[in-house]
Amino acid sequence: MTINGVEIQDTYAEAFGMTGARCIVTAANERWAKIAGEMASGYATSVISCDAEAGIESVLTSEETPDNRPGVSLLFFAFNAKSLESAVTNRIGQCIMTCPTTACYDGLPGSENTIAAGSALRYFGDGFQFSKLLAERRYWRVPVMDGEFTCEESVGTTKGVAGGNFLILGKTQDAALSAAEHAIEAMNDVRGVIMPFPGGIVRSGSKVGSRYKKLVASTNEAYCPTLRGLVESELPEGVNAVYEIVIDGLTLEAVEEAMRVGIHAACVEGVVRISAGNYDGKLGKHLIQLKEVMRNT
Amino acid sequence: MSLKLRAKTIEQIPVEADCITPDKLSGLSVAEVERLQVLQGNQHLALAEFFDVSGDGSDGDIVVEGDCAKVKLIGSRMSQGCITVHGDIGMHAGAEMRSGRLEVFGNASDWVGAEMKGGHIHVHGDAGHLVGGTYRGGNRGMTGGVILIDGNAKNEVGCVMRRGLIVIGGDTGDFVGAEMLAGSVFVFGVPGIRSGAGMKRGTIAVFGEEPDEPKRLVELLPTFFYDCEYQPPFMKLYLNQLADWGFSIPGQARSGSFRRYSGDLVELGKGEILVWQE
Repeated sequence: MTINGVEIQDTYAEAFGMTGARCIVTAANERWAKIAGEMASGYATSVISCDAEAGIESVLTSEETPDNRPGVSLLFFAFNAKSLESAVTNRIGQCIMTCPTTACYDGLPGSENTIAAGSALRYFGDGFQFSKLLAERRYWRVPVMDGEFTCEESVGTTKGVAGGNFLILGKTQDAALSAAEHAIEAMNDVRGVIMPFPGGIVRSGSKVGSRYKKLVASTNEAYCPTLRGLVESELPEGVNAVYEIVIDGLTLEAVEEAMRVGIHAACVEGVVRISAGNYDGKLGKHLIQLKEVMRNT
Repeated sequence: MSLKLRAKTIEQIPVEADCITPDKLSGLSVAEVERLQVLQGNQHLALAEFFDVSGDGSDGDIVVEGDCAKVKLIGSRMSQGCITVHGDIGMHAGAEMRSGRLEVFGNASDWVGAEMKGGHIHVHGDAGHLVGGTYRGGNRGMTGGVILIDGNAKNEVGCVMRRGLIVIGGDTGDFVGAEMLAGSVFVFGVPGIRSGAGMKRGTIAVFGEEPDEPKRLVELLPTFFYDCEYQPPFMKLYLNQLADWGFSIPGQARSGSFRRYSGDLVELGKGEILVWQE
């Protein structure tokens, strides 16, 4: 299969299940909502070494938020509910509660399973906290120096999908990066997904394990252009740079849609091939075939 | 299909009809409903003496038509279904209600939703004293649920309430939220004197005067201390939810800020009165 002259390799992305949560963060204006969102989703690229994978799903207008202020929707993913709860409460406590004018709400109301949010953070109020129960949802109001921090008692969780990905193999670094940027721009419109790496793009794609015992992941030498002459390379002739885009989503369908949109946008001049990372089916239960995904284009 | 009760004229002595709930009427035939006993003074009489009965209440939907201002206890202790009243309703409507919905297209008397535990009451007219309050000698008013009154209410709204939400579209009498333990009372008009007297926790939000009326000041007890003027984000959650419930919100309530007062300092002092400011 080719799209705009770019080869879509007959391979698959290997994704796996993770527990996900969505938080709606609002603030007095969009600037502070974004700052809170960026802080709360910082250092959250990969659970290889972070407590969670997180990112800004979308920027919300005041008509789209519970308290009619500008906001952002954040997605968080971790291996299980316990580690997700720890990551989310810490991040809300340190990055959202501390940020001027913010409030934090559950973005998956009605979920069967929940993790603590305001119920854990309320103690910061040192006995002066207020709770409000409205339409079966409880909100904590914690006194802070610019007024009060409103935080929903808990946030819902769902069985999400992490590790959706595709690789952009370009003739030059500029061409590959430009294509990846196009892809991210298009994927930002897909709801229910985040691309947790810097700017949504990964340059240090990894393989499982290492010759060094303490490392659980190490560089994916098969895609490193500087090692083409030394290792069994996966790079076709003429490829001099590769970027990976990793996608976490609340549903498999959302991840597939993001991949479809992103791959389509990435098939531009200077790109030789679109591939995907996998572990021969040994790691994840979701095998997302690139050709299947792109067949709907 | 709903069960219809059409009220006949009731002279002088009120009727206590605690049988008018979906819990007790669903599954009964019209004849069985007609034979249910109600109390008028010291007389046990059949419901058919006071209502024309028709329809089928198996789906838990009851429609009451006509003037029921002298019919007490409609919907009291109900735990399911829906009662719609087209006309005025008597005392204790929805008292000790647990769940379900009671909607009144008319005025209500005293003790609407008194000591209710859950459910939803919406009165489109005025209400009497002690909306969501406690009975004399009781130590808890409403402990859950929602009471919406489009019009005015009289004294002691939310007296000793523990949880839940009461919203009054117009003015109230004195002692709103007196001895409140927790919960929320919103007054979109102006309350009488001594609001929040003896309250321990909870929220009383006062939105003040109608825009086209002369300004009427909210008078607070001296045992409430001024804190600050601010815009609490949670307020929009309530206003949006009220709009979803079909409660009319004055346009200016969505803007402006609130003056916050803590009290009542003769008690725990962890309650708050929020007074809306333009």
